[in-house]
Amino acid sequence: MSGAQVGGRQGLASRALHSRLFWPIVTLLALFALNVIVSPSFLAIRVHDGHLFGSLIDILRNGAPTLLVALGMTVVIATRGIDLSVGAVVAIAGALACTIIADSPDPGSVATVVTAVAVALGFSLLLGAWNGLLVAALGIQPIIATLILMTAGRGIAMLITEGQIITVSSPAYKVIGGGYWLGLPASIIIAGGMFIVAALLTRRTALGLLIESVGINPAASRLAGVRSRSITWTVYVFSGLCAGVAGLMISSNVTAADANNAGLWIEMDAILAVVIGGTSLMGGRYSLTGTLVGAFIIQTLTTTVYTVGIAPEITLVFKALVVIAVCLLQSPAMRERMRRRARATTPATAKAVAS
Amino acid sequence: MTTTLPPVKAFSTRSRLARLIPSSRYTSVLVTLVLLVAMFAVGASRYRGFASGQVVMNLFIDNAFLIVLAVGMTFVILTGGIDLSVGAVVALSTMITATLLRDGWNPLAVIVVVLLATSTLGLLVGLVIHYFDIQPFIATLAAMFLARGLCYVISLDSISITDPFFVGLAQTRIPLADRLSITPTVIIAVAVVVIAFIVLHFTRTGRTVYAIGDGGASAHLMGLPVVRTKVLVYVISGFCSGVAGILFSLYTLSGYSLTAVGMELEAIAAVVIGGTLLTGGYGFVLGSLLGVLVLGSIQTIISFDGTLSSWWTKIVIGGLLLLFIILQRILTARRH
Amino acid sequence: MSETSPAPVVEMRDISISFPGVKALDSVSFRMFPGEVHSLMGENGAGKSTLIKALTGVYPIDSGTIMLAGEPLSVNGPAQAQDAGISTVYQEVNLLSNLSVAENIMLGREPRRFGLIDWAATRRRAAEVLAGLNLDIDPASPLSSHSLAVQQLVAIARAIDIRAKVLILDEPTSSLDADEVAELFRVIRRLKDDGVAILFVSHFLDQVYEIADRLTVLRNGALVGEYRTEEILRIELVHKMIGKDIELLERLETRSKSLDSTDSAGSAPYLTAHEIGRKGSIEPTSLTIQQGEVVGLAGLLGSGRTELARLLTGADRAETGTLTVAGSQRRFRSPRAALKRRIAYSSEDRKREGIVDDLTVRDNIVLALQSDRGWFRPIPKRRRDELATSYISALGIRPADPDALVRNLSGGNQQKVLLARWLAVAPRLLILDEPTRGIDVGAKAEIQRLVANLAEEGMSVVFISAELEEVLRLSHRIAVMRDRRKVADFVNEDVTVGEIMTLIASGSEDDTDAVATTVGAGA
Repeated sequence: MSGAQVGGRQGLASRALHSRLFWPIVTLLALFALNVIVSPSFLAIRVHDGHLFGSLIDILRNGAPTLLVALGMTVVIATRGIDLSVGAVVAIAGALACTIIADSPDPGSVATVVTAVAVALGFSLLLGAWNGLLVAALGIQPIIATLILMTAGRGIAMLITEGQIITVSSPAYKVIGGGYWLGLPASIIIAGGMFIVAALLTRRTALGLLIESVGINPAASRLAGVRSRSITWTVYVFSGLCAGVAGLMISSNVTAADANNAGLWIEMDAILAVVIGGTSLMGGRYSLTGTLVGAFIIQTLTTTVYTVGIAPEITLVFKALVVIAVCLLQSPAMRERMRRRARATTPATAKAVAS
Repeated sequence: MTTTLPPVKAFSTRSRLARLIPSSRYTSVLVTLVLLVAMFAVGASRYRGFASGQVVMNLFIDNAFLIVLAVGMTFVILTGGIDLSVGAVVALSTMITATLLRDGWNPLAVIVVVLLATSTLGLLVGLVIHYFDIQPFIATLAAMFLARGLCYVISLDSISITDPFFVGLAQTRIPLADRLSITPTVIIAVAVVVIAFIVLHFTRTGRTVYAIGDGGASAHLMGLPVVRTKVLVYVISGFCSGVAGILFSLYTLSGYSLTAVGMELEAIAAVVIGGTLLTGGYGFVLGSLLGVLVLGSIQTIISFDGTLSSWWTKIVIGGLLLLFIILQRILTARRH
Repeated sequence: MSETSPAPVVEMRDISISFPGVKALDSVSFRMFPGEVHSLMGENGAGKSTLIKALTGVYPIDSGTIMLAGEPLSVNGPAQAQDAGISTVYQEVNLLSNLSVAENIMLGREPRRFGLIDWAATRRRAAEVLAGLNLDIDPASPLSSHSLAVQQLVAIARAIDIRAKVLILDEPTSSLDADEVAELFRVIRRLKDDGVAILFVSHFLDQVYEIADRLTVLRNGALVGEYRTEEILRIELVHKMIGKDIELLERLETRSKSLDSTDSAGSAPYLTAHEIGRKGSIEPTSLTIQQGEVVGLAGLLGSGRTELARLLTGADRAETGTLTVAGSQRRFRSPRAALKRRIAYSSEDRKREGIVDDLTVRDNIVLALQSDRGWFRPIPKRRRDELATSYISALGIRPADPDALVRNLSGGNQQKVLLARWLAVAPRLLILDEPTRGIDVGAKAEIQRLVANLAEEGMSVVFISAELEEVLRLSHRIAVMRDRRKVADFVNEDVTVGEIMTLIASGSEDDTDAVATTVGAGA
């Protein structure tokens, strides 16, 4: 109804680039508005002990792991791929770091934590490289290739933790997911830092251009001499790294590694964040900013359900409805339909203008 | 005069490897069958009491719901699609079943309601995939969230089933020869497999499922009812999820929102291990049955062993997936 | 042939179809008579496929009428076309490689018993149809186990079994050998005797002259004319397909000679291909390209002109022969390897292998240069802008906006963006495959002028075009391709338009080989 009108006007008014962030931002603002109506203090940010507190800060902090995973997922999807294994990598990274810290004689020391983080991230890179090997070198479909690690990964994580939930008491480790730096939760700074790194890496170098080129038209890219194999490999390695950092963050926040439940469904949330952010699952043009917005939409949804007082049980129903709505609005078929309707309703005016 | 270039290396090693494997539509299924037999041989030689008929029967009894689920998934995957919602739909089915039975509904009416609800969900998913050109992955992911969410809406707690018909059915053992027995759920699961086999191999609809899976515009250009069939497979998958849900509630005699988490992965793994190509077009429903039995055997071996930890199940399944995916890659490389 | 000309079974009147930016068919009329083989002739982009797809309901028509057996035909897709009695075998074998031969023939029409498919009867009927084609294969065998030629015959078997009034065969012989073609023709003649109207599309002139009763020629989406095969000479037909008229071509020839003032004969060869070939694509062929020389590849569609270009540039891998570039022997495994040796290839398929449509003009222009440098050495922003703006103004790309998405540009401007992409890597050898197809006259002239200028500056160019006039105007030397091999190679001045036409048009096994040898010796 109103959607068709807006779609029509928008089709006339702005180019595709503008419209890509249009719906996600509208959705995010609508969710904010809903929260403010129900709980006027929603936007308030308090300073307590030099740390910032407030609903928005909570959303940012809780959304940080999803955002991280979604960053990696964005570039993977841009090359026409998908990475289903990120949840498993999250669990493995957390399990590895926590096990190393718990087994060390001095869990609180910075050296131990640094070692643990380095080993966990190194292994995450390796897992990313494994996915890249299957996709880029062996030519296995991404969804299938990453399904292997998705299935086996949690088993590997449990192998590392020997089936236990490993709890650690290491203040230094706790900082990653639960601490504060410069008045902000450290997780926000880490996620923000990774976002900036990813943006610089893809936009300040030619990586972004080549990724998009491979994603949009692999055949043309080949003739233009693009090394699509190494590009593909790179994005899966990056995705592994992002998932690894997210895994550290999640386990640090709860000071425990839970091989079964850490990062459960995070791959789904990440893919949704990417899709809601306007990056097509068909590959090609991607938007890291869109993914940022998408990740916050998902986190805000969860928060909204609490603030609005809807039973938390139906968060998922709510999520499903938003996902369906956003996907339908962004589907090419729907846009085509809207455009046609917009054209059909205004032929008289168009003709009048033309003549 | 003419110098001939040596053949390209990467390709030749692959084809040499491929030449060792007999090329047939049945190769992949045969490998699965050999694997299953080998697993049983290993189990029988290592564990006392493994080589009994009842162990085989239990494989069916414990995995009846997964068999049905894998059948539905086979239809979807044969067309080149995927259905991530099946685990959540199973949970939803158990919830609907348990709630309605608690409220005193007639058991048969409950079954009809569950099957109608899950088939309708499948229909909606299929229509969305077709008419809005949304990838099956995303559409069924949304359906997964929806179904899981509806579970929570119904109840967060586990609801036990005390209906005499259901309890009676769950406790029924049908004796076979030689002190072996099975449950009615096994008969249902086997019936579903048989029906699916007939539909896939002896009806035009079934053949169209394969035709769509070949990809490209061929099926359409050959004048086959592509759209109808493409939507239908999601209805079938929804229906099978409903049946699996009812079987699962018979197995556990309860409905629980958090049950069957990740069961879609098991179903997909069973289908792939059973020799169905994830890109569509190749595979057999009987292979999926074998795939489920392989998964079940891994669990049986681990429980017989006692020293192996449960997480090895997942690692072994992952390893098997890798094995079969690479096998399929080699087989498809030969076909082209 | 029946003396009393019966009513046409298919009558298409004033059919027009437009795609965004292109008029694919412009008021084309076409008719077919029962019991007649009708050949649709034309080069790439002439509108043959579009016309077929209009008839079979794949594309909706913008205007015009289609009558089938006197009734207005309104079909919405291949299924309905089949029901109406139009059966089609498409150019790419459109069958299901995962199913058996019998199923591919019978799918959707399998005999059933008690609602279930009767496989024995299905195989029996498939076997009967195959026997009619003298094809001795097991109906139960999987389609993918057979050669492309057999698959093509299976597709024809399916079309025959539908018992259509109209049978459309789109390039059915491109993968068949001589015996198989003979077999196919036997079947076509039998169907013809049964009163079926057959639309036969092929780029093999020999075959067309052997089997077709009537010809319709299309060029650039417009109707050139309908002729009876026995009343039109080959050379006339080729003129109608690719040339304007012979006087115009003779005039152009004078221009090309004046352009050919640089003496390229003395300079060193930049690239020498010796007997390079690839099975199923091109016979072993040799070609030498001098520095600063424009070599034109003349020939009809399917003659091997594109296939040769792909082997020279690593787009396809050569299976035989050697390639010498700037004095050293090379083997190109990928276009990237060729680009490293400064050889660029602009594909004939602009949409699929050329533009990256969702990227901007600027990004498309710098793409090849950037991938040559590697992703960690980005071209500085200022340099990118410079490249983009300089090529936009040098080539007259419209809109003159480096940030415009390439998908929104017209075909001609997309082609210029591609040229800019290749020029940006400063190639020593530029291979342009149909760079002027489907673009407007102005852009065409600009691209031709550019090619001439590039050669003058010392770049070697291989120029491939379906339009002979273009090849003649631009080339210093012309290689004529036919039947997947080079049949002649000569300096442009030494040959007349008529000779080239004869070479392109002539049959494969007759006196033209003699012509080829003499002309070749002259070069």
